[in-house]
Amino acid sequence: MYYYLRKFIAMFFTIIIVTLITFFSFEIIPGDPVLSKLGIDADEAQIASLRAELGLDMPIPVRYIKWVGNILKGDLGESVRFSLPVYDLIKTRLPVTFSLMIISILITLAVGIPLGILSAKYNNRIGGFFINFITQIFLAIPSFWVGIMLIMIFGVILKWFSPGGYVSWSENPAESIKSVILPSVAIALPNIAIVIRYLKNSVLEQMKKDYVRMAYSKGLNSFRVMKNHVIRNAVIPVITVLGMIISSVLAGSLIVEQVFTLPGIGRLLISAIGNRDLPLVEGMILYISFTVLFINFIIDILYKFIDPRIKYD
Amino acid sequence: MKKNFNLIFGLSVIIFLFVFMFISLFHTPYSPTEMNIRERMQPPSAEHIFGTDQFGRDILSRVMEGSQTAFFVGFVAVSIGLIFGTFLGAVSGYFGGITDEIIMRIMDAMLAFPVILFALMFVSVFGVGIKNTIIAIGIMSVPSFARITRSGYIQHKQFDYVKSAKAMGAGPLRIMFLHILPNVISPIIVAASMGFSTAVLSEAGLSYLGLGVLPPSPSWGRMLNESQIYISKAPWFAIIPGIFITLTVLGFNFFGDGLREYADNTEK
Repeated sequence: MYYYLRKFIAMFFTIIIVTLITFFSFEIIPGDPVLSKLGIDADEAQIASLRAELGLDMPIPVRYIKWVGNILKGDLGESVRFSLPVYDLIKTRLPVTFSLMIISILITLAVGIPLGILSAKYNNRIGGFFINFITQIFLAIPSFWVGIMLIMIFGVILKWFSPGGYVSWSENPAESIKSVILPSVAIALPNIAIVIRYLKNSVLEQMKKDYVRMAYSKGLNSFRVMKNHVIRNAVIPVITVLGMIISSVLAGSLIVEQVFTLPGIGRLLISAIGNRDLPLVEGMILYISFTVLFINFIIDILYKFIDPRIKYD
Repeated sequence: MKKNFNLIFGLSVIIFLFVFMFISLFHTPYSPTEMNIRERMQPPSAEHIFGTDQFGRDILSRVMEGSQTAFFVGFVAVSIGLIFGTFLGAVSGYFGGITDEIIMRIMDAMLAFPVILFALMFVSVFGVGIKNTIIAIGIMSVPSFARITRSGYIQHKQFDYVKSAKAMGAGPLRIMFLHILPNVISPIIVAASMGFSTAVLSEAGLSYLGLGVLPPSPSWGRMLNESQIYISKAPWFAIIPGIFITLTVLGFNFFGDGLREYADNTEK
């Protein structure tokens, strides 16, 4: 119980920090919006009435509380450029980013877990060297450059398909997956390396434990020791990196959407910054950071649920 | 040092890139900014070993000048993270209690946040440009330094040398920075090397989005952005800057890993 409470308090505290930073960045630092709306010719009375209407005449702590209240009601503000609620704009872009993230994570786990286990098995001089080198390269390559290279290989040289653009799932499931598979690979690459490195160390750590020697002395062969004992224990800690992977996948998709011109939240955010649509940027930053925090919280809970031995810190 | 492949390889790559950057301060084969339409999009040749871009500028010269940006951003951003992170980590670890709790919760909150998201928020409020790119990346590198410094201090503050310094009447600042810091410096240097990689990657990403380093400062990330529409006509233009980004990140990651191995071995 203590564990859940601590995790919950930590998340709550983080949310407070995030909202404070966002509030000051977008509501206080950019200055008084009244003057830019009314122009310099506006008289005192006009300025005062608009300030009162927007609630700008109140002290900053009161404004912060009212602002948080609006967010809690699900109101993330309104885009200047589109004159639409921020949440509605995000909602239309969400499926693209979401499918990109899901497929990236599936690729990461499907490739990373088997390779991580194999690399623990072949951790001899040549094998270990090779695995270290390859994973280091995966970690060093910028995902957007991988994206450009994939477009070059599959689009320009092999001409398998013209990359870019998005086909929705309801339109054509096969084409839909095809339109997100290359960007997903680009995003997954560094995360695959993280899983391999982490899992390799985790398996090697478990191999030293007494229960492994016990299993061998019962006469089990190494395949069964791995399958029934080691892997079960070694995979659990991978859940802790899952939180990191999800936020890295999200960060990756913000950039990679640009490479493949996918109409996801990344492109919406970048164009909002380009258009100086600050309310839209503000709403999106809040939305994205809340999502990241919530996912991290769920993973912490899940981790304890799967392995009750975990203690806080 | 013997057989520490990571350290030797990482260091060689860093030295190579540093020399490459250093030469560019005094000499590049062509002017990195001079346009020459007659020579646009030339494939790699004896005159232009990496070819030319859409304005006929020599890519080697531009990549050389881009390395200045990468090193500058990496160095300054890591310095910001190092100074503030080490200080916060030291205070947190040495004093413990409620100070520690507050600092570390803030650091955890920052760690959960993708660097690129914070940087995007930062430039949207304060404006696009190299200065804000560096500040944003620097701020986000604080927590990794703080964490690593804190754990060193927690371990070291109970050692006898600290107790004896205390008994001799040394103040907390003196103990923290003259006595303990030299003993916990190696993991901090490792973190600095890793932080350099992160900074270079983040800058490249932001500049690729057009929200990092602005013209006329050259940047590998922005070169990739410009190259993308010409990938069928001038593939080398999209390949070369990416190789340099990868190489830089690779060098600093290997160096960091090697350093950690070296420190672990000497401690034993």
